[in-house]
Formats: sequence, structure tokens, C-alpha cells
Amino acid sequence: MEQGPPDPERQLQPAPLEPLGRSEAGLGVAVDEEAEGAGEEGSGGDTMTHNNFWLKKIEISVSEAEKRTGRNAMNMQETYTAYLIETRSVEHTDGQSVLTDSLWRRYSEFELLRNYLLVYYPHIVVPPLPEKRAEFVWHKLSADNMDPDFVERRRIGLENFLLRIASHPILCRDKIFYLFLTQEGNWKETVNETGFQLKADSRLKALNATFRVKNPDKRFTDLKHYSDELQSVISHLLRVRARVADRLYGVYKVHGNYGRVFSEWSAIEKEMGDGLQSAGHHMDVYASSIDDILEDEEHYADQLKEYLFYAEALRAVCRKHELMQYDLEIAAQDLASKKQQCEELATGTVRTFSLKGMTTKLFGQETPEQREARIKVLEEQINEGEQQLKSKNLEGREFVKNAWADIERFKEQKNRDLKEALISYAVMQISMCKKGIQVWTNAKECFSKM
Amino acid sequence: MEGERRASQARSSGLPAGGADADSPGGGTPFPGGGGSSALLQAEVLDLDEDEDDLEVFSKDASLMDMNSFSPMMPTSPLSMINQIKFEDEPDLKDLFITVDEPESHVTTIETFITYRIITKTSRGEFDSSEFEVRRRYQDFLWLKGKLEEAHPTLIIPPLPEKFMVKGMVERFNDDFIETRRKALHKFLNRIADHPTLTFNEDFKIFLTAQAWELSSHKKQGPGLLSRMGQTVRAVASSMRGVKNRPEEFMEMNNFIELFSQKINLIDKISQRIYKEEREYFDEMKEYGPIHILWSASEEDLVDILKDVASCIDRCCKATEKRMSGLGEALLPVVHEYVLYSEMLMGVMKRRDQIQAELDSKVEALTYKKTDADPLPEEIGKLEDKVECANNALKADWERWKQNMQNDIKLAFTDMAEGNIHYYEQCLATWESFLTSQTNLHLEEASEEKP
Repeated sequence: MEQGPPDPERQLQPAPLEPLGRSEAGLGVAVDEEAEGAGEEGSGGDTMTHNNFWLKKIEISVSEAEKRTGRNAMNMQETYTAYLIETRSVEHTDGQSVLTDSLWRRYSEFELLRNYLLVYYPHIVVPPLPEKRAEFVWHKLSADNMDPDFVERRRIGLENFLLRIASHPILCRDKIFYLFLTQEGNWKETVNETGFQLKADSRLKALNATFRVKNPDKRFTDLKHYSDELQSVISHLLRVRARVADRLYGVYKVHGNYGRVFSEWSAIEKEMGDGLQSAGHHMDVYASSIDDILEDEEHYADQLKEYLFYAEALRAVCRKHELMQYDLEIAAQDLASKKQQCEELATGTVRTFSLKGMTTKLFGQETPEQREARIKVLEEQINEGEQQLKSKNLEGREFVKNAWADIERFKEQKNRDLKEALISYAVMQISMCKKGIQVWTNAKECFSKM
Repeated sequence: MEGERRASQARSSGLPAGGADADSPGGGTPFPGGGGSSALLQAEVLDLDEDEDDLEVFSKDASLMDMNSFSPMMPTSPLSMINQIKFEDEPDLKDLFITVDEPESHVTTIETFITYRIITKTSRGEFDSSEFEVRRRYQDFLWLKGKLEEAHPTLIIPPLPEKFMVKGMVERFNDDFIETRRKALHKFLNRIADHPTLTFNEDFKIFLTAQAWELSSHKKQGPGLLSRMGQTVRAVASSMRGVKNRPEEFMEMNNFIELFSQKINLIDKISQRIYKEEREYFDEMKEYGPIHILWSASEEDLVDILKDVASCIDRCCKATEKRMSGLGEALLPVVHEYVLYSEMLMGVMKRRDQIQAELDSKVEALTYKKTDADPLPEEIGKLEDKVECANNALKADWERWKQNMQNDIKLAFTDMAEGNIHYYEQCLATWESFLTSQTNLHLEEASEEKP
């Protein structure tokens, strides 16, 4: 159940130019335009491009979300949300975009896409999906999947997911991904026909499985620890942030009560009346300003959440390495024991216990012909084993090399993104403070006029 | 009660010495104020259990003795004290300066209670000395208030802080409670001192100057408990009559008082709630910064930025603590005092109504019943004078009170607004400097990559 190097049939042929990654407006991505022609189902095989391909920028957006009802696999009525994915190609020269594809997908299809990518690109840190259910909610936020705010944030998360894939140098060329964007009907069947579920190593999903690996690459062991720490610290941070948001909401909203009472009080005051009334108005402004502020902060929280989920993707790559290493070690062990057996048979010394040896003792020696036959079989097995070991070794090294390259890429992306997120947090705080200063300066003026 | 503390040698002619001093206000002082039996002190009558009323049971905690933070700065001259008093008019005419500080726990076999040190400095001739230092307990303040209400039934007497905390304290009398009460008592005495009439009240003078035993013997004079009880019953009955004939201006006043009372109570609740929310916000924020430090331990490339963010959050945290305590010191006590004032005012209205009712009932009696028990015209005349006096006193005091209320409320809310502005300005500066340093770093890095 080993994964070979990425199947060329599954991939669009590589373009010589690198994708743009996070380009202007964060939406643009370069994808080999030629691939559109080559990507058709069944045409597979060798689609090396010779000439005549050019780069077009492609914009992907998840622009709408819609509630739908339909029948599920058990023929029961269900309600779900469908998301509209629009792909635009942008002419390099004049920057105008033309809508090339538009289709609806639901969350489960996104999941299917991701599971497929996990199987075919085990050495890649596959971008995570936004959360299935709302977590880290504070009291005003709803935990309901149908809640419009949740749906909106999920829409943005799904768009981000697609953009991450589209800007990944390797993943962006995947045919199934391309079809996800362009072929609405039958896509599910196409994915399932790849048989990826069969290729999936069930041991990867087994969370409890521990493999006693003797010589894992230390970098992966460290990476696993890192991803555990990352997950733990971001969870903690998100939890506290949610509580802080809750409290902040309370502070702002209670001030709103002043507005009402000041207004009623101003009715009986001759001199203070005007000041009270207008101050009350500012209290209302202050109280309502928190809604926008906290909505912005939710986006910040979502940015952190993405990296919380990325931790799991990192762990997946580490597990894959462990498994490969484990299989390698087992194979080596196996080979060594066969070699020893062979040697013993050849020299006549029995050092290792074997059933054959026992039965021989009990029922009599085997004939030299029988022994020869056995040696021959073993020698064949040893040969095979050595070939396998060699190729496993090669695969393992390839995997480590490729995986580590992607991990380095991921690290840089993470550092960039987190720095950006923290800076955007500061910008949000600054905006909040400025609003606060303005409201309270106005209020103070009203108070001083009382 | 224990004896008074002797004045320190730094002061000139100290307290009237303990023991028999012929000049000290002793038992024979006549009752101040007129009004005798008819004036009723509802607040005092309710305090039937005078001896128990502030059985303040404390743990004998030595920390109570360490009250450094409670003593306000003691100015050395009357003039320098002018800056301390924010809340009254005509500061340049002040000749009476009072401070309340140094709460101390006293333990006897029967009870444990707290006394407060009261220091009075004055240049008035009628005081035997220019400086006095006495110790009083809450009970004594209650007594004083009662006497003032008795003597001036239609003046707006400043409110006393409540006897007990209304809600939610584990220890009934912890440090915060004592400090809040001390500040309120300080305000109470100063308001009296600044009041054009009350400041010359004789009981007030005795309160400020007499030693413990002198005060207790002085207190024992005056109408007994039972007679005061009887007066209540008559008062309740007659106050209804007073309401019927209430002059227009007092109807307006009453309406105002009712509405004001409603609104100020609401504002008190809102303000307390804001304080609570700010405190809880502060508590959560305290945890927020350190998580970023924790995170920085596993991120080599993000150590600096994470540590910077953590320190920004910590600074904002401190700023919010400051804002919160500002609220607790400026807005909350003022609003609460006016809640108590509004209750006071309703009492004043009632008393005015009672005085009027007395007159009205005698007039009625004169008009309808020609019996032996006819009130003499002189009696009616006296009552008419009394009503007029009471009304005028209230009117004048009312204007004064309204003016003060406006100033106090204005000041308190302006303070709160300023506190908030300051808070946001501090946070803004913190985050802006973080952003600047990040931009600078970025520029540095960019220029390093150039060659």
C-alpha cells in the first residue's frame, strides 16, 4: 500500500513558470492555461506540452452561499448550504476578467477533494478546511451551522482553501482540483473512480497507532512536537480571546443604557437637559460600535484557526514518514532474518528456531535436494527483498526530500501569514481606540455643557 | 468607648483635656434648634435598636491597623485645604476644615466596631480651639444626622452611607467597604460644614469637638424613645393632609424628586454594572498577553513580534485597570450619594408636608369646631410662621441643592469621559508604536535583501 511518486495521469503537465502565489487582490493565481485542454477526463496519459501555451491569471472566488434542500443518500430530506464557485481568467495585458466557470458545491464535496489530495500528495502539507462546526464561540456568536454569520465566515474560509491550493506549486496542477472548479456534474464519480479510497493507508488515520520506529528522521519528530505545541497554544489563545470578546461586548453594551436614562432624565432638567440628551446619544453610538469591532476580530480569529487546523496537516505528513520508515525497518528486519536462515541452511548450523527445523528434528532430516530447493527459494526471496528494500529506501528518501521542501515552504508561508495577522490585529485595536476617543470626546463636550 | 486620642504636640492648644474640665461642653448644653416636639425624624425613629445599629463585627485582623493608604494628606494651613474641597461653593470663605481618616478597629467584651478619626481645623471664634481631633463611630454619625433633621426638618441634610452593603460581599466589612464608607463620611461632614445654616449647628460643633464621654452624655438628652414613637404615628397620619394642600411649587418639586430618584437609581445600577464588566474584562485580559509569550517559545521566527504583542496587551491591561479604578473613585461614589440624597429629599418633602398638615388641622379645628379645645389665634399664628419658615428654608436650600447636584453630576461624568479618553489614548499610543516598529523592521529587512 505504498504511495508512489505523484501519478502523472492525475496531474496536469507542469508549466515551466511558477505560480504567483499571493498576488494582487489576493485572488490571482497562475495556472497553466494549456491544461484546460489537456484536463479532460479520459484523455489522460502523456500531455506534455510542446508549444503554444501561455500563462493566464485565474481568479477563484466563492461568491455566494445558498440554503438548499434535497435528498441524501438515505433518501431523507435534508437542508444544506451550497456555495457558488466562480473562476475568472484574467488577461495579462488589460487586466479584465472573464467568467469562465461557475458552479455550486457543498461542504462535503470540499471534504472529498481534500481527502483525495491527502492520499495523492502525502508529502504535501495540505491546506485545511474551515471548521465543520463552530467552535470557540462567545455568547453572542451562534454555534448553529445555519446561522448566516457562520455561513458567511465559512464561505470566506472555503474561498481561502481553494486559493491556498491554487497557489501551491504542486497542488495547483492537479486534474481533480481543476475539475472541481470546472465540472459540476459527475465530479464526485470522477474522484471516486480514481480509487483513492482504496489507496489510502488506513494506518494513517488510526490515531492511536504507535509505530515503534527505530530511526525516524529527527526533523519529523521535532515537527510533530512543534505541531502539537502549535495546536495547543492556538486553542488556548482562541479560547481566551473569545472570553475577552465577551467581556468587551458587555462593557460597551451596558453604556447603551445610559442613553435611554439620560434621555428620560433630560425631560425634567432645564439647564442640564440638552447636555444630558446629547451625551445620551453618544452613549448609544458607543454601545453600538462594538458590533463592527468584534466582527473584524472574528476574521482575525479565523486566520489563527486556519493555522490551528494546519497543525493537523503537519502531523499527517509526519505520520506518513513514520509509516514509511516503519515499513522500511520491517522490510530490512525481514530481509536480515531470511539471509540468516539461508546461511544456516547452507552451512548446516541451526541457530534460529524454525518450524521446519523442528519438524525435521521430529520427523527426520530432509534430503539434500529438499534443502537445495529451500535455499533456492530463500535466495529468490532475498533477491526480491533486496530490490524492494532498495526501492523502499529510495522512496523514503524521495519522500523526505519532497516533504521537507514543502515543509520549508509552509514555514515561510506561516511566518508571513501570522506576522500579517498580528499586525492586522494591531490595526484593529488602533481603529477601535480611535473610535473610542472620538465618542468620548464628544460625550465629554456634552457633559461639560450641562 | 475608649477615650479620645490626645492631640500630638505639633498642634497648638490641644483637645480639651480629658477629665473634668469645666469649660468643655458637658451635660448642660441646651438643645439647639426650635421646633421641639412636632418635628419628626423618621430616619432616627427607625433606629430603635440604637445600641445594636452598627454592631460591626470584624475579624480581629491586624491588617486593619495598617491604614496608611487611608489617611489623606494633611495640609498644614486652612488655605491649602481649599484645593481639597472640590464640591462646594465659595471656597474662599471657608473657615472650617474637616477630614475623616484612620479607621480603627475596637474590641470590647460586647462588641467590635470601627471608629474614624476626625480632624477639624477652624478659625471660628465660637470654637474653643483651632484644631480638634476626635474619634467617632458610625452610630455617632447617625445621631448627628438625626439631630440635624430634628433641628432643620425642611433643610436638605446630606446623606449618610448605608449601614450595610446591599449585596454580594463575603465579609460584611472588608477593606473596600471601610474605605468607601470613610470617604462618604468625610463627604458628609464637609457638606454640612459648607452648608450656610447647618454649619453653625450646635450638635455639629459638639460632634466635631467633644470627647467620647462628653458626647455620650450629651446624646442622652433629648426626647425619649417612646415619645418619638408616638410622634411617628401622628406624623404618618397628618402627612397625608399636607399633601392635599401642597402649594404648586412644591408639587413641582415633588414631581422632580420622584423622577430624579428613579433616574438616579437607574444610573447607579448602570454604573455599578459597568464597573463590574470592566473588572471582568480586566481579569480576562490579564491572561491574554502571557499566552503570546508562551507561543513565542515554539516559534523561532516570530519570537519578537509575539513578545511585542504580549507587552502591548499588558500595557492596555494596565490602562484598563486605571480606567476602572477611576470610575470607582469618581463616578460611582457621586452617583450613589445622589441616590441617598434622593431618599433624603423624599423625607424632606414629607416633613414639610407634616408641618403644613399641623397648621391645616388646627385651622380646620378652628373653622369647624367651636369647642373648648379651640386653638388660640396665637397658636395658629405661630404655626403659620412655622410653615412659612419651613417653606422658605426648603426653597432656598432646594435651589442650592440643585445647583450643587448639577455641578457634581457634571463633574463626575466629565471625569468618567476623561478617564475613557485617557484609556483609549494610552492604548492607541501602545499599538501605534508597535506598528511603527514593525514597519521599521520591515524596511530594514527589505533594504538588507536588496544587493
